[in-house]
Amino acid sequence: MSVDLNTVKRVAGLARIKVDDAQAEKMTGELNVILGFVEQLNEVNVDGVEPMTSVVETTMKKRVDGQTDGGYADKVVSNAPVHEDNFFTVPKVVE
Amino acid sequence: MTDLTKLTIAEARDKLAARDFTATELTESYLGAIETGNEALNAYIAVTGDIAREQAKASDAKIAAGEARPLEGIPLGIKDLYATKGVHTQACSHILDGFKPEYESTVTQNLFDDGAVMLGKLNMDEFAMGSSNETSYYGNVVNPWRRNGSDTALVPGGSSGGSASAVAAHLCAAATASDTGGSIRQPAALTGTVGIKPTYGRCSRWGMVAFASSLDQAGPIGRTVRDNAILLKSMASVDAKDTTSVDAPVPNYEDFIGKSVKGMKIGIPKEYRMDGMPEEIEKLWQQGIAWLKEAGAEIVEISLPHTKYALPAYYIVAPAEASSNLARYDGVRYGLRVPGNDIVEMYENTRAAGFGDEVKRRVMIGTYVLSAGYYDAYYLKAQKVRTLIKQDFDTVWADGVDAILTPTTPDAAFAPGEITDPVTMYMNDVFTVTANMAGVPGISIPAGLNKDGLPLGLQLIGKPFDEGTLFQVGEVIEQAAGRFEPSTNWWSK
Repeated sequence: MSVDLNTVKRVAGLARIKVDDAQAEKMTGELNVILGFVEQLNEVNVDGVEPMTSVVETTMKKRVDGQTDGGYADKVVSNAPVHEDNFFTVPKVVE
Repeated sequence: MTDLTKLTIAEARDKLAARDFTATELTESYLGAIETGNEALNAYIAVTGDIAREQAKASDAKIAAGEARPLEGIPLGIKDLYATKGVHTQACSHILDGFKPEYESTVTQNLFDDGAVMLGKLNMDEFAMGSSNETSYYGNVVNPWRRNGSDTALVPGGSSGGSASAVAAHLCAAATASDTGGSIRQPAALTGTVGIKPTYGRCSRWGMVAFASSLDQAGPIGRTVRDNAILLKSMASVDAKDTTSVDAPVPNYEDFIGKSVKGMKIGIPKEYRMDGMPEEIEKLWQQGIAWLKEAGAEIVEISLPHTKYALPAYYIVAPAEASSNLARYDGVRYGLRVPGNDIVEMYENTRAAGFGDEVKRRVMIGTYVLSAGYYDAYYLKAQKVRTLIKQDFDTVWADGVDAILTPTTPDAAFAPGEITDPVTMYMNDVFTVTANMAGVPGISIPAGLNKDGLPLGLQLIGKPFDEGTLFQVGEVIEQAAGRFEPSTNWWSK
């Protein structure tokens, strides 16, 4: 399988990365080289093979359903580029 | 005083205990070495002298009180991927601009609880994506090794290039690193240092900047096998904050050093030969086989039939997980924000400016293979191939093999800019990536020099949670091969 320019632009949109036409053009070539490389997996017969879910056989750990941490909203927002009164601030999303 | 940076961790530990020098003197020696050597190597992107001096002072008090902990006063470099409270933590990406976490990663906390000293944060490929440390926002790291008679700069490998370069150049006693497809073992091989990727789940991933969560694993790079054993003992732990960390006792790995390998079964996989691989890699491998034979090990040829599919499967699984993990960098909660007319444009502008080319490439691949209609053909297929890769290893262990010996990399260090095609660059991990896909441990040990005088490594792959055997067999190779140091310290002005 390979990707064309429009697919690359659509995927960039899904990935929320702005690309201009020249960048999308360059990426199309690079992504097709990688997709061509992974194509060799088609040689492998995977009939009846279960997909890997965990490399280590383990039973899911469960913790007590209780609050174990928190109470420091100021620390949570301390690295935000813009914040106000312990809230993250973003451009208006609802008119 | 500069001699103190020549000591291994084991030697420094014993001399500190014997009061031959203080932890403060040891730390000052390393800070001095960084001061004179880091400009040429670009291994550290932040030096934390104040923290180091304070920790060293505390260590001296502990030693004086007879309460020395296992890593008391040992100066370490920390890969920029580990969250260190209040200190530069960006996985060398522009998108985490200015990020200083309010918390400490479990691995670094374990090290500090055992008395280690932090010298600073080490350069790396952006988000650990790279095999040459050329994708860092903070510039290339330079390998202290050069070809004989040449002053051309070489890459240290990646993604833990800063860790490997700093250890090889004696700018720290050892360093933390991380390995998703070979990022500990490949740079260790290219710099003549020792590095181990433990079993998946051996160390907590909490507080490590996530790349591919089912593959990422913390580990050390050091100058000797014993130093790796000492460090892993402190780094490994079960952690309530990482459900994939495994609740299994952490052995005293140092006890495995010096034990005989007589009667051990070492597997040689015939699939670990590549077209165009230099003859000296094959020779090195044969030399490794001969050393282990002389030490009494039994050498058996084995087959890992799905080896060649590990790298293509990796380039589906790792980007898929990366595209999910890196979705969090949106200009809202931390790091860089580039404004836009609305929130979506702000996301797009931020991610366009904040991610480098290689990161964008992998996020794009990951987004594509996970997008509607392609999931089965790519991701599900790759995860099935991964099951087959793990079964290959399980079969070998069931046949009684104790460890597997391979080359670490298909070649020695190269010059920056020499490899421009992404897939050719990815081939650097062809021998290391299988261990990540199967979750098993792997160690790289320097084993010789190529015709240009550059170090080459041999890799040992072990059974899950059998790191002890890797230290045991690894030390036999180290004893036979000797240790390797660059012929001059040209970087120290």
